[in-house]
Amino acid sequence: MRAGRGAPWMLAVPAAVGLAFLVLPLVGLLVRAPWRTLPQRLAEPAVLEALRLSLVSATLATAVCLVLGVPLAWVLARTRFRGRRLVRSLVTVPMVLPPVVGGVALLLVLGRNGLVGRHLDAAFGITLPFTTAAVVIAEAFVALPFLVITVEGALRAADPRFEEAAATLGASRWTVFRRVTLPLIAPGVLAGGVLCWSRALGEFGATITFAGNFPGETQTMPLAVYLALETDPEAAIVLSLVLLAVSVAILTALRDRWIP
Amino acid sequence: MFKRALTLALPALLALTTAACGGSSGDGAAKETTLTVFAAASLTETFTELGKSFEAANDGVTVKFNFGSSATLAQQITQGAPADVFAAASPATMQTVADAALAEAPTTFVSNKLEIAVPAGNPAKVDDFADLANKGVKVALCAEQVPCGAAAKKAIEAAGLKITPVTLEQDVKATLTKVTLGEVDAALVYRTDVIAAGDKVEGIEFPEAEKAINDYPVAVLKNAPAKDLAQLFVTLVLSQQAKDLFTKAGFTTTP
Repeated sequence: MRAGRGAPWMLAVPAAVGLAFLVLPLVGLLVRAPWRTLPQRLAEPAVLEALRLSLVSATLATAVCLVLGVPLAWVLARTRFRGRRLVRSLVTVPMVLPPVVGGVALLLVLGRNGLVGRHLDAAFGITLPFTTAAVVIAEAFVALPFLVITVEGALRAADPRFEEAAATLGASRWTVFRRVTLPLIAPGVLAGGVLCWSRALGEFGATITFAGNFPGETQTMPLAVYLALETDPEAAIVLSLVLLAVSVAILTALRDRWIP
Repeated sequence: MFKRALTLALPALLALTTAACGGSSGDGAAKETTLTVFAAASLTETFTELGKSFEAANDGVTVKFNFGSSATLAQQITQGAPADVFAAASPATMQTVADAALAEAPTTFVSNKLEIAVPAGNPAKVDDFADLANKGVKVALCAEQVPCGAAAKKAIEAAGLKITPVTLEQDVKATLTKVTLGEVDAALVYRTDVIAAGDKVEGIEFPEAEKAINDYPVAVLKNAPAKDLAQLFVTLVLSQQAKDLFTKAGFTTTP
């Protein structure tokens, strides 16, 4: 079948059901949203504060993931060493782990009495839990696998002959990576970054467990939504819609600009 | 192609509808074999034990529990979750269910009191409530939206203290975890949580806790699929046997 002639029903029907499955819960939010009180609810400083914190921490977490994740993906895709399979499955651990468990694990390592955190506290007087830095760490921990897997996939799909050609012409491995590999896999890196950012933005369990919840310091939008749900479900719906609208707007803008 | 899909799908569809019918035909008392109890997370240990003795006393009955934050449970009930009994950690959450005309005559069966929990060894040397306001003492509280946070706020106001917590946790167990891991120096949690945590935390009583007593109401739900069993279970919750169990766990019971 040629592209552009419409999908066969064996694909179109499940595709439509799949789309409905994803979109219907969103419709539920829109139907139940308290539209009349929306403006005054949005103007509350607590909402803007949580939104700002969410955007800043998700962006910082994505930056951390890019700096650490792209090299990790390269090592997994381009080098051979014993135990590489094990390393690859270890990378996916944060995806399988319930985020709350991830948060507890982070506390056990980076907390005030944690394996590493204990020394940070003794040597530098740094305690991570309950700080914005802890929010970034928790989000990066949960989001990193999404970036690594996407970029590794892009690296495997990229034609190795370009890299080989550059190498035979005398380029060092670093130069090859910088000048050939990275431009080749740029769409993959971007897709991974977007996935990573989205996951970080929605992060709840690891954040509330490792970083705690304090307005202006560690209370991101998902945390604010969860607590609002306890007493004021309408406020929770408003907060969810704000988070959704902002993230969809940012992702659409990115897509138009970077992915044709 | 379409025909083949239909022949494949039809038996599955039939199986589904028969299963659905089987599920809804249990209105006679003899068929009430499952009792579904929605209960506050702080009742996990005591209610599980009560459930076991209920099953032992009533042949062929299985008690299913859904433990969680009272507010979440209340919402699930008002959204139509098929529960028989609701036991809440605060009158306010029971009220949301009663407001929807779904709870029948809630009765208070226990109450719970706040205590200061400190990690074993009390590293920050917390002696009394006022110490929580000291600079350098890291304090975890429950968020105001959940019952333990509302109680903490009341107690703090009664004492006229200004406490700046490092975190406002989503429920009392999460608050306690911060203490057991030693990430905070003190937290306000329920007496029952301090007892359940064993020797990992130490509890300090304080007078203002009396101003923030939390009552636990229990009720049979209006749309209970197993109403008779539900009534029996509530009777058990109000019995002397249950009272002994609750007292041992740290709850205050009314004589």
